[in-house]
Amino acid sequence: MIKKSKKDSTDSNRIEIRLSGSGGQGLIFAGVLLAESVGIYEGKNVAQTQSYGPEARGGASRSDVVIADGPIYYPKSMSLDILIALTQQACDEYYPALKEYGVLIVDSGLVRQLPTDNAYAIPFTHIARTEVGTPVVTNVVALGALAAITGIVNVKNLEKVLLSRAPKGTEEKNKLALSEGYKIGKELLKQRETELVERF
Amino acid sequence: MAVASTVVYEYLRGKKKFPHVWCPGCGIGIIMGALLRAMADLEIKKGDVAMISGIGCTGRMPVYCDFHTLHTTHGRAIAFATGIKLSKPDLKVVAIVGDGDGLAIGGNHFIHAARRNIDITTILVNNKIYGMTGGQYSPTTPTGKFATTAPYGNLEHPFDAYLLAKGAGANFFARSSVYHATQLQVLIKKALLKKGFSVVEAMSNCHTLYGRLNKEGSAVQMINWFKDHAVNVNIAKKKTPEELEDKFITGVLWEDNRPEYSEQYEALIDRLGGRKKEEKPEAEVVKQ
Amino acid sequence: MSENNVRLFQGNEACSFGALAAGVNFFGGYPITPSTEIAEILARELPKRGGHFIQMEDEIGSIAAVIGASVAGAKAMTATSGPGFSLMQENLGYAFMIEAPCVVVNVQRGGPSTGLPTKVAQADTMQAKWGSHGDYNPIVLTASSVEDAYYKTIRAVNLSEKYRNPVILLLDEVLGHMREKIHIPEEDEIKIVNRLKPTVPPEWYQPFEITPTHISPMAGYGEGYRFHMTGLTHDPWGFPTAKSSEIKEKMDKLMLKISQNVDDISTYKEEFIEDSHIIVIAYGITARVAQQAVRIARHKRFKVGLFQPETLWPFPDKGLKKALENANLAIVAELNQGQMIREVQRLAPKKTKIVGAFRYDGELITPDEIVNKIKEAN
Repeated sequence: MIKKSKKDSTDSNRIEIRLSGSGGQGLIFAGVLLAESVGIYEGKNVAQTQSYGPEARGGASRSDVVIADGPIYYPKSMSLDILIALTQQACDEYYPALKEYGVLIVDSGLVRQLPTDNAYAIPFTHIARTEVGTPVVTNVVALGALAAITGIVNVKNLEKVLLSRAPKGTEEKNKLALSEGYKIGKELLKQRETELVERF
Repeated sequence: MAVASTVVYEYLRGKKKFPHVWCPGCGIGIIMGALLRAMADLEIKKGDVAMISGIGCTGRMPVYCDFHTLHTTHGRAIAFATGIKLSKPDLKVVAIVGDGDGLAIGGNHFIHAARRNIDITTILVNNKIYGMTGGQYSPTTPTGKFATTAPYGNLEHPFDAYLLAKGAGANFFARSSVYHATQLQVLIKKALLKKGFSVVEAMSNCHTLYGRLNKEGSAVQMINWFKDHAVNVNIAKKKTPEELEDKFITGVLWEDNRPEYSEQYEALIDRLGGRKKEEKPEAEVVKQ
Repeated sequence: MSENNVRLFQGNEACSFGALAAGVNFFGGYPITPSTEIAEILARELPKRGGHFIQMEDEIGSIAAVIGASVAGAKAMTATSGPGFSLMQENLGYAFMIEAPCVVVNVQRGGPSTGLPTKVAQADTMQAKWGSHGDYNPIVLTASSVEDAYYKTIRAVNLSEKYRNPVILLLDEVLGHMREKIHIPEEDEIKIVNRLKPTVPPEWYQPFEITPTHISPMAGYGEGYRFHMTGLTHDPWGFPTAKSSEIKEKMDKLMLKISQNVDDISTYKEEFIEDSHIIVIAYGITARVAQQAVRIARHKRFKVGLFQPETLWPFPDKGLKKALENANLAIVAELNQGQMIREVQRLAPKKTKIVGAFRYDGELITPDEIVNKIKEAN
């Protein structure tokens, strides 16, 4: 699903993921969970970087995760394979950095204008609120969907890391958020595949 | 007195470091003597004392004293002393600061050491002027007095180190002068025994600069001024503010018993199980 | 977290645990972005290990407390960034003067002044060398990955102990906050260096004794040796001196103990130097970008190599001279308006064209920018 451009032929299976939105949406934490799952439990090399403003809440926020089999030299992204955007602003700003065949995943409740028909639009915040009972776990729902749609990380490993890093008392909610995200991701993927089969 | 004065020889670095840098008649030597006699009275071992100073005439004191001595940068003596006390809590740590050194450039460290209430005995030598740089006004120069940078009289208001130390949370504040050498010795002794941040303000004479610029006379005249204008804290309580207007109050002005910082930190290490086994006091090991 | 002691660490975390592994038992600091995690981690970890942490009232007090602790016998460290590093300069000079081993970590951010607290720069390159007044000889190390930050912190502590000299470790915002995998070694895999202690009777002890290596044994407070130290220029006993012969002896000592050991202190890394007539020179996080750029450019059939100083000061003169022997183009990539390039200009042969690839807008330079410089200048 993720195609490599010629430019990156110097790297062995380098994949670049950006999680973007605004401060307080837990994007840096999500990046850390993803990096730790892939890096520690799946034996790949990872580099997780971030860009943030002085605000603890609000303001633009993004977290980049680079995954590769070989060494990672440049630790930030050059052209994105996967972009998760949880705000319209983030989607508008970073979509141009996405590769031609890159995967775009957005929060459909917050990103109303999609730059492409190929985006996976999922109401993460809504799911977090209604299925889990708190919007705080929006980032974890998104991670679950990411695992289902792209297959870059095993959801079991995500769960392990999530449970070790999540604050005490929030384990069950986080677990539920992850599985809800994974579930809807899988459904959407299946739907997309059916569409493709019908189209050709 | 003859017997008392030879006691200090034990604590001095011998003839090698003398004559000292201070002007003839300077009060700093009297303060050093009072400090060393206080140490002798308490039978404090030289190897158990760290003496830290900043810059200025006062800052030169550690050169002459046979302890672990550190002559640091301007205003920072108490900050250096904080690192020493925290990493070697068993040492008796004494900071020697001047009025400009300790209250202007080093004012922040003075306040925060008091707030932390770390066990440092601070001797604040107050001669109301910057001596070593040639007579500029300091944070304790009274309003209207002259200095080389206050040629028309000082427009600023002086600090009262007592109120500063008390307000910031020190455990002990006492004041005396170079005329009252014996009282000074007694007060320093009390300060050395007091756990927590303790300050002894020693009023001193700088006849070379402050005295000359303000026409206050020779060393003897200035020291006599201290004699005539000192009021003991117990007597001062019965006096009106008007009666105390040109006086300064001596004795123990403030005492408190707030917990001491380095002791608290050592207790934290114990609570977290951070003490290496061999470091544990023997008595505790026997108990097991 | 996982088997085999492999962790996902931030650069600042790696630095903190490197410090603990090296035996650091005192930290004095003041909160400042982007270095604060180091203070937070050591506030948590040090008391558990019998060490001491203190948050001072400012950076001037922080470095003062660190030097005090060092003189008292501790392995002491502080961490800061731009404005804090500026505030520390006077007392840092004091540490050089009294030859107090200590480590100052500067997680570089954009400047001047408050600048860019959350954004990256390498603009303290020259300040690390020349920041305090007077002649002195700092050791300045850099790191380019999270694992490197761990080992360079250990090396910084070891070098400070070995040479009785402050060591500055220049990290940067990207590395400080970046997370990568790191293998935490076993305790016995780590080489620890402790300062030379005096063996003479106390009355003979000179804290600044003139020795063939110019390194003098250092006693801690309360260890039976009483001595004086001062920021005034002093004789071997530590007492102020005005004698020209003693002044010169002291100044020579400060220089020589470092300059005679450049081969031990100054390290660098090279890639693809042998067949290259274009050399990219970069340190720290920028060296990572350059590694990528060099690979992309070589893929495009440019003969490009990389020279990466690991020790910034003393600068690895010999290494760079050799690397540039056959170079007709040197590209200096750094996150400032041109600082390290001065060293390249000083050392490069006349025939070498020197071009800067500078970025100073708060963002990390990209491989493409370096590749484009190579294309343009070649």
